[in-house]
Amino acid sequence: MLSRTAANLFWMGRHLERAETAARLLDVGARITLLPNTEEGYRNEWQSLLRASGVQDTFAQHYGEQINQENIESWLFFDKENPSSVASCIEKAREGGRIVRTALTSQVWDALNTAYQELKQLRLKPRQDIDTALLTDFTTRHGATVRGAINATQLRNDGWHFVNLGYSLERADATSRLLDVKYYVLLPRVEFVGSGLDNYQWQVILRALSAHRAFHWAYGGDVTATKVADFLILNGESPRSLLTSLYEAVWNLDGLTRRYGESVPSTASAHARQTLESLMGRDIETIFDEGLHDFLTWFIGEIGQISNAVNDDYFSGRM
Amino acid sequence: MYYNEMLESGQVRAPYAMLSDWVQTMPNDIRQMKQAEAESLFRRIGITFAVYGEGGDPDRLIPFDMMPRVFMQSEWRKLERGIKQRARALNAFLRDVYSRGEIIRAGRIPAKLVYQNEAFEKSVVGFVPPRGVFSHIVGIDIVRTGRDEFFVLEDNCRTPSGVSYMLENREIMMRMFPGLFRHNRIEPVDQYPELLRRTLASVAPAKCEGAPTVVVLTPGHFNSAYYEHSFLANLMGVELVEGSDLFVDGGFVYMRTTQGAKRVDVIYRRIDDPFLDPLCFRKDSMLGVPGLMDVYRSGGVAIASAPGAGVADDKAIYTYVPEMVRFYLGEEPLLQNVQTWTLWKEDDYKYVMANLKDLVVKEVHGSGGYGMLIGPKASKEEIAHFGELIKANPGNYIAQPTLALSTSPTFVDEGLAPRHVDLRPFCLCGDRVELVPGGLTRVALREGSLVVNSSQGGGVKDTWVLTE
Repeated sequence: MLSRTAANLFWMGRHLERAETAARLLDVGARITLLPNTEEGYRNEWQSLLRASGVQDTFAQHYGEQINQENIESWLFFDKENPSSVASCIEKAREGGRIVRTALTSQVWDALNTAYQELKQLRLKPRQDIDTALLTDFTTRHGATVRGAINATQLRNDGWHFVNLGYSLERADATSRLLDVKYYVLLPRVEFVGSGLDNYQWQVILRALSAHRAFHWAYGGDVTATKVADFLILNGESPRSLLTSLYEAVWNLDGLTRRYGESVPSTASAHARQTLESLMGRDIETIFDEGLHDFLTWFIGEIGQISNAVNDDYFSGRM
Repeated sequence: MYYNEMLESGQVRAPYAMLSDWVQTMPNDIRQMKQAEAESLFRRIGITFAVYGEGGDPDRLIPFDMMPRVFMQSEWRKLERGIKQRARALNAFLRDVYSRGEIIRAGRIPAKLVYQNEAFEKSVVGFVPPRGVFSHIVGIDIVRTGRDEFFVLEDNCRTPSGVSYMLENREIMMRMFPGLFRHNRIEPVDQYPELLRRTLASVAPAKCEGAPTVVVLTPGHFNSAYYEHSFLANLMGVELVEGSDLFVDGGFVYMRTTQGAKRVDVIYRRIDDPFLDPLCFRKDSMLGVPGLMDVYRSGGVAIASAPGAGVADDKAIYTYVPEMVRFYLGEEPLLQNVQTWTLWKEDDYKYVMANLKDLVVKEVHGSGGYGMLIGPKASKEEIAHFGELIKANPGNYIAQPTLALSTSPTFVDEGLAPRHVDLRPFCLCGDRVELVPGGLTRVALREGSLVVNSSQGGGVKDTWVLTE
């Protein structure tokens, strides 16, 4: 497969997943503003979202001090100046898909292109007719359609592994960042830990990940920080947990290694396997002892290094 | 009067009989619904056409007309023979002018027209491409003026586009009106990609080992014909590459893949000569592959169409194609040229300048319907202005009479109405010369308009050849 095709497939997967993350962030924000408990009004919550997604400064350049729901929605969903907005990601995924049309089934292209065309229609709608739920629904619905088309129609070949590698690495990254929002930003004051508010916020994270019901199936009973963190980090049944995402990344990298044989370097595969082993060597208590934020920082760094190795192994076009 | 492809002396011609019933029994609202369906299919598939420099919608659709254009098999067989003959003569000409130039020595074509032509590629003089083929896909634009009167309007030997429309128009018609295909015996065109792949593989260079690796080279997804490039690569099952995916090493061309470098034997390029190789042509080109021409000339890779093929489809050279048929093939041309005045000849110049208002004047190197004067449709000022342009550089122009292009019934708001059409079949030249029964019919949607180019508001139709 052409290196450029592989890179585009990989990034198509990443952008599709990233679009969903933006929508989920928006959802977290919207739900948190419904809480009657903050000291500085809504402003603080929205700001924490920006901080979590690492775009506080660029947002300020475009909207100044106007941190309110409408501007955040514009920024996270519609704004093309924000490279991680839903609109940017869908456009980039569709553009990437267009470049690799030869590697996509018509059903996948159709799903991608439909998302893009409907996004254009959505832009034309008056903003007062659009609520946040509609935007999140739009994104997750189209995300599911594209993923479904990929699963149902694409060949299980190297291209398949590249798309899914993109999805899984991005998902690992996104779940860690969402967790980081909760622990590092939303609840900075230690006396809240274990309070009703704390638990409510954990529930918000679960809902944002569409994992609320799955969590109850898996653990039952009360929502506690330990259980939620365990569910989102170490539970191999949880579809968006760090463990599952990384496991899938390893599985896809193994698939490539197996197909390509020994003549093709597999540093990414080796690194991902190492990180997976390191993750599996922990339990939730050790992670809390280590400090959740420090743990997440380590993990996000590992994902970055694996991505770079994928680039060197497969996309660089070595002789 | 214009020849109407459906009606002759008030009677529906045989090939259209069935369609005529179909139109009459289709209610208006169904037709409109089908039209909307066709458009949404085109948009969903992503067959769009970007027009350079217009700043408009980059995802513009070419209007699709649901009323097909129909040929009887007997009509088609004649056309087919003429097209293949012409494609063979054009390739013989290219082979000749890049080697001994017999046709010039024989005084049948002026040397200056060939050797001073912008498209004459000095860097391939003396080089004979595999199987002697320079132009592997020849798109020949044909117009009809009467029952048995077909004329060639121009030859496209470089990278003729539009074949994806031929295939997709058919696909969409079959999807929307399966009944029409059950009741008419329409010859299929969908073997085209396989024929193209076979043709390209058949011109692999001698140094190729094993099954040839064929690729399609595109300028990239911003190009207006990108859809077609990806579509063809897809249907042929070959890689679609950009210049940056290729590199030259040790006398061969390679592509960058996830498993390292892979040798490439045949490049079906959809970029123009000047962009092929920055070391040989335009230094500023980012689209090409440095060193490609050296590999080509040493027989390490085949390029289709060959660099330099453009000299055969120049509008100045066009006037000599019937002469080529006689000279190289010893046959009489089966397809006629349109009468053409060449303005670098004094008599022609005088005649054309005196009759501008009745003639169509074209730039020798122009394309896409740009840089032309349609005398009968132009204002006095436009004619005067064009006269000045010609005076400044007569050698840059040719003139032709305004042709009475045939009309084909076409759906407009009020129902069916005659609109002018032309036809572009795609002839494939490799170890064999082949043609699928069909082509791209372009239609001038504006009433009375004779310009069918998609960049000038033309539409497209499915083209049928009926078996008898």
